[in-house]
Amino acid sequence: MKKNLLVKVILILLLTVACGIISYGYPLFGKKFNLSLGLDLSGGSHLVFEADAGGLHGDKKEQALKSLRDVIEKRVNLFGVSESNVQTSNFEGKDRIIVELPGISDPKEATALIGQTAQLLFAEVIEIEGEKGSTPSSQVVPTDLTGADLKSASTVFDQNTGKPSVSIEFNEEGSKKFEEITGRNIGKAVAIILDNDIVSAPSVNEKIVGGKAQISGSFTVEEANKLEVQLNAGALPVSVKLVEEKTVGATLGADSIAKSIKAGLIGLVMVMLFMILSYGKYGIIADISLLIFGVITFALYKILPPPFAITLTLPGIAGFLLSVGMAVDSNILIFERLKEEIKNRPFASALEVSFGRAWDSIRDANVATLATAFILANPLDWSFLHVSGPVRGFAMTLALGIGISLFTGIVVSRNLLRLFVKDEIRK
Amino acid sequence: MRLESNQNMILWMKYKFIYFAVSAVFLIVGIFSLLKWGLNLGIDFTGGVVTEYQLINGEIKLEKYGVKSEEEISKIRENIKILGAKELRFEVVGPSIGPELIKKTYYALGISALLILFWVAIQFKSIKFGISAILAMIHDSLILVGGFSLLGHFFNVEIDFLFVTAVLTILSFSVHDTIVVYDRIREKMKKYDPALGSDITGIANSALTETMVRSINNSFTIIFMLLSLVLMGGDTIRWFAVALLIGTISGTYSSPFVAVPILVTWEELEKRFRK
Repeated sequence: MKKNLLVKVILILLLTVACGIISYGYPLFGKKFNLSLGLDLSGGSHLVFEADAGGLHGDKKEQALKSLRDVIEKRVNLFGVSESNVQTSNFEGKDRIIVELPGISDPKEATALIGQTAQLLFAEVIEIEGEKGSTPSSQVVPTDLTGADLKSASTVFDQNTGKPSVSIEFNEEGSKKFEEITGRNIGKAVAIILDNDIVSAPSVNEKIVGGKAQISGSFTVEEANKLEVQLNAGALPVSVKLVEEKTVGATLGADSIAKSIKAGLIGLVMVMLFMILSYGKYGIIADISLLIFGVITFALYKILPPPFAITLTLPGIAGFLLSVGMAVDSNILIFERLKEEIKNRPFASALEVSFGRAWDSIRDANVATLATAFILANPLDWSFLHVSGPVRGFAMTLALGIGISLFTGIVVSRNLLRLFVKDEIRK
Repeated sequence: MRLESNQNMILWMKYKFIYFAVSAVFLIVGIFSLLKWGLNLGIDFTGGVVTEYQLINGEIKLEKYGVKSEEEISKIRENIKILGAKELRFEVVGPSIGPELIKKTYYALGISALLILFWVAIQFKSIKFGISAILAMIHDSLILVGGFSLLGHFFNVEIDFLFVTAVLTILSFSVHDTIVVYDRIREKMKKYDPALGSDITGIANSALTETMVRSINNSFTIIFMLLSLVLMGGDTIRWFAVALLIGTISGTYSSPFVAVPILVTWEELEKRFRK
């Protein structure tokens, strides 16, 4: 029994030290773990687009939405945002794409990049002979050569004018089509159309073989870069509209972190003092297990893999603070019970009885809280509940906090108290 | 020993109508405010634009607009740039987001309440326990929502997405607290105590006496954490913390003074009818 207890206490100590190392930021087994911060803390943009898949139904619509998500993700990655997150959500027939871009400084540029359909078309310009005397009008007839036939696009500077333009390379099929089209239109113009706007309509001097062309409109460097990304990622299969944007600057986020940490520490000190004042030496044990709770929780924030990975948000910090309160509750329940039981039996057996009885209340109460946390976190991505954002962040930290508090409240406090009892008897 | 501890027992249930009256006062004020002034909904619900920016002299400005077109939004952004100010926060919410948020919240509320009702009913093998726990939970959320209706009217506090989270959390906290008290009642019901008999009033009195210190101490620890968030946690989560604070206090009160009295009254009425 004695040996057993010692082993347990040593195991708890080892766990705490390991978690402490991870929390402090030292690499463990050669791997360094970082805390992933939500947009409200790190700064960045949360964008919600609504897809207009009006004409599509069933499988076709699903396919279009999937490819929409993929194209947007490609664009975001090509834009150079690290740790971005693109997800779809459907609620009562409305299809949404949620895009999270951490650390972005100009969200306007990003929304323009993501939200534009970027449907590239090549069209023939056909002159129509008007009635005698009137000026001939021209008609633009789209060909079957589109952005889908592209192999790659890149920003270049025009050799003659020095202006930025976009050089494109067709794939095999596209090259063939382009050869045919240019061959048909020698001496005439071929229009390059982007989202129903004619970007340029250069005239063709000769049949172009090899599948290379250049789009030179009146671009700025930024516009050329944007078009390059859009063409490389492909056109959006359906058009989208921005319905929500939340951008938090990095300074505001850093300020929030600093304030929450300060508030959390002061709250924690108050709680610890309160426990010592109310429960004396037991309070000290509760405080030790509370500190262990903090260290383990923080370490898990860093190392949990998806789908349980924690992205710390402002509500998430609040969820953590609330779970501190609930972690202390386990100890309070046990100590209050101990006060009663100690009247009837010796300390050691009163301790075991208290833990046993208090466990029922702790379990029943925490299951109810976990059920709510489960609904709020919505880990199965049920579309009729919130699928992202602050609510999920809050629920995840609350649920994790409850789980760990069960461990520290029951296992850690209990074994520390047992150790304590042994000493008491020896004296 | 047992008899001795029962002598220290406080006859909590003797005053149950006072507790009902206290709750009624708060509920009536809250519901009155809700009906008269409603809730001061933020852009998460109504749609619109909020910007927060810092001028060169360090002054921070907050501006709010209703639903705007894309051009108007660009213009607002341009104006901030012209001032040379640093954009701290920029939020645009389309008009279609709010109704969706409200519906999803109702679903979340409904499912959580059902899950909790089932859990409590199964654990305590009585639908009476489940329903009185849910009633106490509704009591707490009404006080919270009513309280924010008053805060909205007098201090212009807005209801946002975070408030929804606070309400849902308070639901679980309320039940969490109630279950601890119920648990003691269940334990006493199982073990027949000749001093208490099988009288629900006596059992409830004894259970409340034994759990009162725990309930108060536990709320104190949560209140300490929340209070420091309210005072020092920054503007972004101040009202969120206030919401949790109101809910925690109400949730602590409602376990012994709403859920248990309802349970006791119900049992007494049932007994009278059986006779």
